[in-house]
Amino acid sequence: MNSAEEKRTAQALAREIRTICAAAGRPMQFMEVCGTHTMAIHASGLKSLLPGNLRLVSGPGCPVCVTEKGFIDEAILIGRKYDASLVTFGDLVRVPGSFGSLTTFRAEGGRVTVVYSPMDAITRALQESPRPTVFLGVGFETTIPTVAATLQAAGLRGVDNLFVLPAFKTIHRPLQILAAKDDLHGFLLPGHVSAIIGAGSYEYLVQDFNKPGAVAGFDPLDILVALRDLSRMAAEGRPEILNDYRRVVRNDGNPVARAIMDEVFEPADAVWRGLGVIPGSGLALRGTFTRFDARKHLPVEVPVAKDDPRCLCAAILTGSTTPDKCGLFGKECTPEDPVGPCMVSSEGTCAAYHKYGVA
Amino acid sequence: MCLAIPMKLIAITGEGTGKVDAGGVNADVSLMMLPHAQLGDFLIVHAGFGIEVLDAEEAETRLDLFRELAAATAEEEEA
Ligand code: SF4
Repeated sequence: MNSAEEKRTAQALAREIRTICAAAGRPMQFMEVCGTHTMAIHASGLKSLLPGNLRLVSGPGCPVCVTEKGFIDEAILIGRKYDASLVTFGDLVRVPGSFGSLTTFRAEGGRVTVVYSPMDAITRALQESPRPTVFLGVGFETTIPTVAATLQAAGLRGVDNLFVLPAFKTIHRPLQILAAKDDLHGFLLPGHVSAIIGAGSYEYLVQDFNKPGAVAGFDPLDILVALRDLSRMAAEGRPEILNDYRRVVRNDGNPVARAIMDEVFEPADAVWRGLGVIPGSGLALRGTFTRFDARKHLPVEVPVAKDDPRCLCAAILTGSTTPDKCGLFGKECTPEDPVGPCMVSSEGTCAAYHKYGVA
Repeated sequence: MCLAIPMKLIAITGEGTGKVDAGGVNADVSLMMLPHAQLGDFLIVHAGFGIEVLDAEEAETRLDLFRELAAATAEEEEA
């Protein structure tokens, strides 16, 4: 398809959405659960194609944004106390903790390495041996199996100075909490998380909450198709879970990836910025894999961390407000000098609004 | 953070490892989650791991659908 065809396709889909929303005659509000969708929606400017009575709000699917401040503090304290080498995805390095970020920690002489793949943490651990090397475990079901597979490999290779500091999160529990909100009428479901857990795993949205969901890809046209399907289902009051990313997502997901994840991790409680402690929504290392647990083997005292009370990140992550309502937005809080994680993550809602404008 | 990109599997280099074409550059990929991946498949690659194989038929169906929608809009523009 050339760009003229893409534009026409977008117009055709937008027209369908407008027709459905006009006929519905009442406002509808959908949540894009995944931060990668938030970015794609803002980068493409597709909100400008949507009718005024269809609103899109962001959800909790930005791993860095929902991770509590204390996690950054814990990582830095481990780095200091044990002279540990910290290994992380790039998204985390500028997130402000209570006493600086990983970037400032590195500037002060701390060891911080940014990697593309968790597998690179094994290489790093071998270089640093016997110094403890700690991978900062942030992410959802897309990422968790890659970390699990890395630990399996590290176990087989007898790497004994590699650890993981787990702050992983799984999506179903928070989604159940959000599905109960009356002002959310449907969910744009994550693409690559669903590649692992399967489009069939969201049936509870329909069974228990009578709300529709559509699994979407990340191309603007994919997102428009999913929004059209959501609008139609919500307007007609006939909720289903539709898979609009069939070229990648299977109904049963990727069972091999889930088996790897289940061998290494077991469910645990997790703290979410904006949602608090949600039982069973996180992961802890299982059985023999606890030998990799940084929290167990490299313990530190982490003081209670407080978010800046003026930062609205928590409410933004539950779709209750938008960044333009925050008094710090674009003033005291910018991507260069962020106050909250929603501004620093490449897929945070404040970062998206800041980069592409308040639409 | 859940960004994942389709890349073509161009070599299987060992048990559970291969090479993909990442925009003209060869990159290592783990096939641990895709035991049935075959040479020439487009893999959805996240953090160095293939997490799924792109379904070529579904991809084509999607494009056909979009072309139809585009054609309908083009006709209206002309009318
Ligand atoms: S603009 Fe900054 S301070 Fe305001 S909600 Fe967003 S991250 Fe928080």
